[in-house]
Amino acid sequence: MSVDKNMNVLIVDDYKTMLRIIGNLLKQLGFNNVDEATDGSMALEMFKNKSYGLVISDWNMEPMSGLDLLKQVRTLPANANVPFVMVTAESKTENVIAAKQAGVSNYIVKPFNAETLKTKLVSVLGDF
Amino acid sequence: METASKGIRRDKVINLINSVIEKVGAADEISREHIYAELKDLHDIIEATRNEINATRVTDISGTHIPTATDELDAVVAATEVATGTIMDACDAMTEYAEQLDPAHKDFTVMQVTKILEACSFQDITGQRITKVVRSLKTIDEKVSNLLQVLGDKLPAHTSATEAEDERTGDARLLNGPQMTDKAISQDEIDKLLEDLF
Repeated sequence: MSVDKNMNVLIVDDYKTMLRIIGNLLKQLGFNNVDEATDGSMALEMFKNKSYGLVISDWNMEPMSGLDLLKQVRTLPANANVPFVMVTAESKTENVIAAKQAGVSNYIVKPFNAETLKTKLVSVLGDF
Repeated sequence: METASKGIRRDKVINLINSVIEKVGAADEISREHIYAELKDLHDIIEATRNEINATRVTDISGTHIPTATDELDAVVAATEVATGTIMDACDAMTEYAEQLDPAHKDFTVMQVTKILEACSFQDITGQRITKVVRSLKTIDEKVSNLLQVLGDKLPAHTSATEAEDERTGDARLLNGPQMTDKAISQDEIDKLLEDLF
């Protein structure tokens, strides 16, 4: 099954630089419907008005962290199964385990490159 | 050396207190002058210690040094964010321009722009690390403030003579940059100043 590159993608990060980098890389990969949020609570609000086919989120944000967002998203009836990729500087084993237990689809440690992002997206969405 | 001297002083205080307790216990045999003299020694040691604490200028740690350090670090984060934004603007312009190029040149340009974009993530990483340092400094600031609150008015007040002096001399005293935005003058103001001076 091919990946619908017109799907809505939500990227969540409290650093404008990262939002822009990920946004640009997604654009290069052909994803054009990309929304941005600067923390988990803002992202959760956006889920009220829209369904997303992919979430790429930082972990360390305030007031709502990426992990809390992930846990909340997994309880949303219409979006519980949305692929959720954590992109974070948190690189300890316990972080990865906690994210996995919360239902993360994949995990990217910052700094990362375009190739890594593509590989991880292929692993959660399928080949594109 | 300093630790040894503090150890000796602590021993001296304990000995003095024990001596006073003993003498109060045997007050019939010991004159009040003896007890007074030992209490006076104890008072002098405590007073000397207070003055030493004051000389370390603990209020400056909380009032000046830490706020200045955190402001400087916040300015680093802000400056790198602005610079990174400018670099990424240029990347966007190059990507747009690459659309006009032949496939080989376009691919090469886009690939190089992607590398620049990837490298820009340094701003996020350094920003997070600096934020952690700022948080640690603020915790130290809080602890020092609490300590000062506990000591309260027990510390002698600073006098202007004890204010921290810039020990540098001559032209070296001029080197304090880069200035924070609110303390700096603009290029226009500098130009105007130069015009007025010459």
